[in-house]
Amino acid sequence: MNFIARWFPYILSGVSVGGQYALIAIGYTMVYGILRLINFAHGDIFMAAGIMMIYLSAVMPLGGAVLLVLLLTMFLGFSVDRIAYKPLRSAPRMSVMISAIGVSYLIQNTVAYLTGGLTKQFVEIPWISDTVTILGASTKRVTLITPALTIVLVVALVFLINRTKVGMGMRAVSRDFETSLLMGIRINSVISITFIIGSFLAAVGSILYFTNYTGVTYTSGAMPGLKAFVAAVFGGIGSIPGAVVGAFVIGICETLLKGMGLTAFSDAFTFALLVVILVLKPTGLFGENIKEKV
Amino acid sequence: MAFFRKHIKTIVPILVLYALVVVLDLIPGVPMMLLTVLKKGAIYSLVAVSMNLLNGFTGLFSLGQAGFMLLGAYTYASLNISSGLKPIVYQYYTPLFRFSITEVLSGVAGSAGAVLGIVLSLVIAGLVAAFFAYLIALPVLKLRGDYLAIATLGFAEIIRALIQLEALAPVTNGSQLLRGFPYFRGLFAPFLISGVCIFLIVLIINSTYGRAFIAIRDDEIAAEAMGINLAYHKRLSFVISSFFAGISGAMLAMYQTSVQANTFKSAMTYEILLIVVIGGIGSVSGSCIGSFLFIAMSEWWLRFLDNSAYNIPGIPLLRPGFRMVVFSVLIMIMVLFFRRGIMGDREFSLSFFSKKTRGEGGRSDSRRETDE
Amino acid sequence: MSENMLHDTSILRLENITMQFGGVVAVDNLSMEVRPGEIVALIGPNGAGKTTAFNMITGVYEPTNGQISFEGSPVVRNHPRGKISKMYAGQNADLYKNKETLSPSVDRLTALGMARTFQNIRLFKSRTVFENVLIAKHLRRTRGFFSAVFRLNRDEEASWREESLSLLETTGLSAVKDENAVSLPYGLQRRLEIARALATRPRLLLLDEPAAGMNPQETDSLTAFIARIRREFGVSILLIEHHMNLVMDISDRIYVLDFGRMIATGEPREIQNNRRVIDAYLGVEEN
Repeated sequence: MNFIARWFPYILSGVSVGGQYALIAIGYTMVYGILRLINFAHGDIFMAAGIMMIYLSAVMPLGGAVLLVLLLTMFLGFSVDRIAYKPLRSAPRMSVMISAIGVSYLIQNTVAYLTGGLTKQFVEIPWISDTVTILGASTKRVTLITPALTIVLVVALVFLINRTKVGMGMRAVSRDFETSLLMGIRINSVISITFIIGSFLAAVGSILYFTNYTGVTYTSGAMPGLKAFVAAVFGGIGSIPGAVVGAFVIGICETLLKGMGLTAFSDAFTFALLVVILVLKPTGLFGENIKEKV
Repeated sequence: MAFFRKHIKTIVPILVLYALVVVLDLIPGVPMMLLTVLKKGAIYSLVAVSMNLLNGFTGLFSLGQAGFMLLGAYTYASLNISSGLKPIVYQYYTPLFRFSITEVLSGVAGSAGAVLGIVLSLVIAGLVAAFFAYLIALPVLKLRGDYLAIATLGFAEIIRALIQLEALAPVTNGSQLLRGFPYFRGLFAPFLISGVCIFLIVLIINSTYGRAFIAIRDDEIAAEAMGINLAYHKRLSFVISSFFAGISGAMLAMYQTSVQANTFKSAMTYEILLIVVIGGIGSVSGSCIGSFLFIAMSEWWLRFLDNSAYNIPGIPLLRPGFRMVVFSVLIMIMVLFFRRGIMGDREFSLSFFSKKTRGEGGRSDSRRETDE
Repeated sequence: MSENMLHDTSILRLENITMQFGGVVAVDNLSMEVRPGEIVALIGPNGAGKTTAFNMITGVYEPTNGQISFEGSPVVRNHPRGKISKMYAGQNADLYKNKETLSPSVDRLTALGMARTFQNIRLFKSRTVFENVLIAKHLRRTRGFFSAVFRLNRDEEASWREESLSLLETTGLSAVKDENAVSLPYGLQRRLEIARALATRPRLLLLDEPAAGMNPQETDSLTAFIARIRREFGVSILLIEHHMNLVMDISDRIYVLDFGRMIATGEPREIQNNRRVIDAYLGVEEN
């Protein structure tokens, strides 16, 4: 019992952090699945959603702000693809990756300009910011909501991918880009929808994530972004269940390490895990094997 | 010598550049900003060229540069903090190194000793970075393309997290900064060190090993079939690149006069990568031109954009931070529309201007070499 | 097969080579040899296992079972291990069980003296014709890294350049030596690939469908070229090929594969009249 009392709060918050990472990781993994691109700007889109939430909730009711944040983030994701990635569809993959790094740089600098480089206080969202007590551990309600919401969204997403026409397009494009083009699938709309979904989930993740933190600044997206990416790689990039499992594993391990007083190690651990998985099984837990032909 | 006659059109502009640097050092009243840009540009040139060796010439997309710079910076700093300042710098810890290499050597041999001390520490800084690169090369370099990029980025982050550990604090001072070590006073030293290092990299690129690196970049499978040991050569390139990244990290420490882990974030690697891309992937002179332009733009030429005094009345667009927004837009334009960068994969020389119209500036060199 | 390796005079010898991918046996107990100075062709209909066999010889794949020797000494050796050992469907699994497994990397094999070309030409695309050949000299270096960087290996460099130029001369490429390699016409690119392989100073040349994508004239000229290469460089040649004219014109001996098994071997004339070979190529009614 003592053991549970000691570790339960950490596991609880680990599950919550894991859920937030999962929501970001899906965006990485879907884009990678379709474009074979590590969207370095994804973490910054996530951060931008947090900043928009702060500014919008200052001028309108909370419900409206949340709705508008979701819409604007989706639009941001859509425009990033259209402006920075679409012109490079036939370019080498490295060029697109560099463009992604450029976009990340641009978003960060723009946010730094708007906020004056300061850390902005995140909004108190009533009800989900409230403190609740569960099994003797007190926590914010968001901790409980996150994993549940994550699961619901993932189930909805999997349904979308497996049961709808759009989803079929996505699966086709991720299997074979060229052939899908020949088969008359409108590649660009499929890609846009992918970015929109990814950004939507990142926005949801952002609102949940920053509720647990005091503030948002222009570099706030980098770390969670990188970790979510690690989660995606860990689970096997391109695989949605993989990204979710990976995110929960990383979230829980990280908070447990913090609980053991090894805070300094928790970041290093995530990346060590990345390197270990890449070396032992580069395709991740659920990834597919692709080998270059001679 | 045949070498000089052959490369006269490259050597002359470089000599002119160095003469200018000496002149700038001697005359008073040079704008502060120009000096900053030149100093920082020289340091970034080296790290950009070292990254280009790996990314541009060997085709290994690595994003670990900031991590190796950090190792170099900490090595240089911890070995050179003057013993008088140690108690102040290491407020909470007992420093492991009780000496300062530069002080010890200058005690023996005066100012020649001090110079020797700095050179020695720079080499050690490079070796420490190279040693870590050697350790991680084996697992990491098996990975391909973007997986390699992420793994090296991860390693850089691990290094940054671990260097701040309490256990290492007697060397690294934890998350406090390190200061009180010899730094650059003029322009000549950073230009000389960078110049020598870049010259060494050029020698490597033009050697048979450099040809092997390029072969690996062009076609890994064919290179291996031609008897080039992939693991060995990739590792070699990685270690060399990290060695020079370590030196440039130490130079950055000298430039900044202090060292802290948080300066060496992945954002720094991204900046270096953008410099390489803007200069031209696979062009040494491109990386150098790219760094000076990059630094001059971001620190100097666009500076007016941060000043609200220049605002058009009624449009309060200009204020601190706007410079970087414009700058990143310019970068995006470059990345999207001028994908080959300023130099492509050609090298700068005076013959470049005459050959450029024919669209094959770089070919002329190889043609002459074959006639040897 | 032959255990008396002391008297083995062949350049290349495959013994009981089997390759199994999952449940599929792609090459089944293949034994063959190339003798000094010979041109040997490995042919067979699509999917017969030629490319798989070729990939094992060049070190790209590790065979599931069997042994490959080069100039009398074993260079590749394996027996069914790990996951595949339980589902192994080939023969002679016990033959190499107690012997050390050998699995050299591709570059090791090239260093030993076997060089290859590729079906889909793989040249160093940013380099000139001359540099493509020069790069192949790298593996014969005798000096270390620092001598190379500080140009203390001038003599070695000079002799490489000389050899490369004379190689381009012999192969009829010296007129285009400063052209970009991939700007050459297709036929010349093939030639350059062979020249580059020769620059590694091989005793055995492995050609992977050298005439792929060539018209009859180009094929004829390539046939003459390969014959001349053997004469002038004294190399043995193993090739896999679909163009029967080329194969029949220059091969000393032919091995025919079908469904992973060797179904015939002999001189071109014998193969042309072999019933099983004709059936394999034309297909026979199942009865």
